[in-house]
Amino acid sequence: MSDFLMLSLVPMLIASIIASTCALLGNFLVLRRQSLIGDAISHVALPGIVASFLITGTLAATAMMVGAGVAALITVAMIALIKHLGRVESSAAMGVAFTAIFALGVLMLEWHGASGVHLDVEHALYGSLESLIWFEGHDWGALLDRQALADLPPQLPRVAWVGLLVAGFVTVAWRPLVVGSFDPEFAASVRAHPTLVDLLLVAMVAITAIAAFEAVGSIIVIAMFICPAAAARLMTNRLSAQLIWSQVFALLSAILGYVLSGYGPGWLGFEASLSAAGMIASVAGLILLLACLFGPQRRHHDASGEPSLMPER
Amino acid sequence: MDVWISALLFSAGYNTSLVTLGAMALGASAGMIGSFILLRKRSLVSDAISHATLPGLALAFILTATLTGDGRWLPGLMIGAALSATFGLWCVQAISSRTRLGEDAAIGAVLSTLFGLGVVLITAIQTMNIGGQAGLTDYLVGSTAGMLAAEAQLIALCALLLLLACFMFRREFLLVCFDAEYAYTTGIRTRRIDMLMLLLLLAVTVIGLKVTGLILIVALTIIPPVTGRFWTNRPLHMVAIASVCGALAGYLGVTLSSIRSGLPTGPLIVLSAFMLFALSLLLSPRRGIVAKLAAHQRFKTQVHLRQGLLSLARHEAIYDGLTLRILKRHGYIRRDHVPTPSGLAAARDAEHEEQLWSLYRTLYPDEAAYAGYVGLEPIGQCLPPDTIMALEMRRYPPQGGAS
Repeated sequence: MSDFLMLSLVPMLIASIIASTCALLGNFLVLRRQSLIGDAISHVALPGIVASFLITGTLAATAMMVGAGVAALITVAMIALIKHLGRVESSAAMGVAFTAIFALGVLMLEWHGASGVHLDVEHALYGSLESLIWFEGHDWGALLDRQALADLPPQLPRVAWVGLLVAGFVTVAWRPLVVGSFDPEFAASVRAHPTLVDLLLVAMVAITAIAAFEAVGSIIVIAMFICPAAAARLMTNRLSAQLIWSQVFALLSAILGYVLSGYGPGWLGFEASLSAAGMIASVAGLILLLACLFGPQRRHHDASGEPSLMPER
Repeated sequence: MDVWISALLFSAGYNTSLVTLGAMALGASAGMIGSFILLRKRSLVSDAISHATLPGLALAFILTATLTGDGRWLPGLMIGAALSATFGLWCVQAISSRTRLGEDAAIGAVLSTLFGLGVVLITAIQTMNIGGQAGLTDYLVGSTAGMLAAEAQLIALCALLLLLACFMFRREFLLVCFDAEYAYTTGIRTRRIDMLMLLLLLAVTVIGLKVTGLILIVALTIIPPVTGRFWTNRPLHMVAIASVCGALAGYLGVTLSSIRSGLPTGPLIVLSAFMLFALSLLLSPRRGIVAKLAAHQRFKTQVHLRQGLLSLARHEAIYDGLTLRILKRHGYIRRDHVPTPSGLAAARDAEHEEQLWSLYRTLYPDEAAYAGYVGLEPIGQCLPPDTIMALEMRRYPPQGGAS
């Protein structure tokens, strides 16, 4: 049992916090059809981190976060510029911006790869959830022991603060967020500041993606921004209920995914440990699949009702 | 530098040349099919497809490794990748057409889930005891360094076939992209053409895996088409420009990566494509930043010139520095701001034009608004002579007429 405390409690907590934070924001992204913003931002975190390492020479968390934040800012600005000047749709502009910046990051990494840096592409993608070990967690008494608690991996308080920040943002900006998600024009007419709220939402997504990226890699982030919220959308027509469903799905996939990756092979009789991040993403996808097949509100509601010339797909 | 030049001239060895040609064919076909996908507004579907190849790659690797002992058999890996990418594509289609979720959510969900599954399988492979494991991570960011001649030939051949297929179906693709319902009425099976487009995209993705890696192949199908969009408004021209850009990016990327050992090919190809894009963004004659700034500057000069000349005609003092500089440059005023004879003549002309334009705008407000005349153009070049004649008759009614 002390094994559990030392090896599994912290990763599980971090995964759960990140999953529920991402899923909370994901609800609005899915409603606004901007799901892929999270994908783009978590891809450019890698180049930002590499660049900040090359400039400052440290892997300190603040430097990395600043680098990733700057990269996210550059990406958002580039997307806006390309969309505005090239008059291409936003998904193509996004594709141009994030792939180019990601390529730059990989190139910088490989160029300096020989110098033995503890950074690599795989690490950035899969994350290292399993390596967040709480060395002082020998027994349950450690939970009350100040000294042992001070030894907790620094990622845990960091993601917890980000989670609180995001929850605070959603609570404070609830009305403008909801109105802007469903009807931006109406939101503008009642002075709900849709542009400002949009920007703040993207900023929150970026903060979450970066904090989570540093702790767990980008797959969980992308999966959690989309899968739980999308599955929840198929369960209900009410936003508050959808939020609750998304939280349930997020926590379920984080805990179930972690347990399956750690203990699943053992149950089947293999000696192996699988990637926790990958397993959590897979479980989230499985939940979405079930929701697609059986969710009570899964169908299209065709608003126009016009007969279409095109054959049924 | 010498190495690069010899690679550019295809004299750096048979293998390098073969890889270069293969990457060029791949870039060209990716640019071509990517343009149609861009016009269909589904660019990021390729992101889902490419990430969805990972579980198939891993499964094919396990299968061939258990059968032969070494999993790095390119055709097998490609078949596995294609199968799982097809599954991913089907999922995206099914989710976005049969449920209320948007295509963006479908893409994101499929991408992250299948990639996560692939990662799980890769970690499983790492704990198994089979050969050639390092080969698998090459597929994340691409590597042509250790490519066998047979592999390069296979890639080049497939890319050429794809190029041919895209070229043959270009008219159907275009019609479906622009007006699917009209295309249906002309007897084109839009669903099949749509599927064919996506399957070609899938094929490009699978072939490109080894060259650029699965994360960056997306870039090859998006960046060159967007680049093409900057240079023309005609769709087939755009397709052609996009495929040339793609080929050029492949050429530059592969040759650049031969400069130093260990340089990854995929990022270099993508960054070459992005350089071409950035150049277009700056320099394209229609939409480039430079062209837009120049047009703005020209317009500003015209407005200042016209206003300055009108002030001269009305004998008003001019205080604006820019206006004075422009008038001086044209020789319309002297250094002490007194108008020269040519300046007075130009001022008279300007006032005449201004009056005709304002009359035209009062008489025919709709036509003026429709044509977007701002009143700075020489009126003789915009309006037919008889209209100008009529305007002048109204402005300066002939003296001593019948009235």
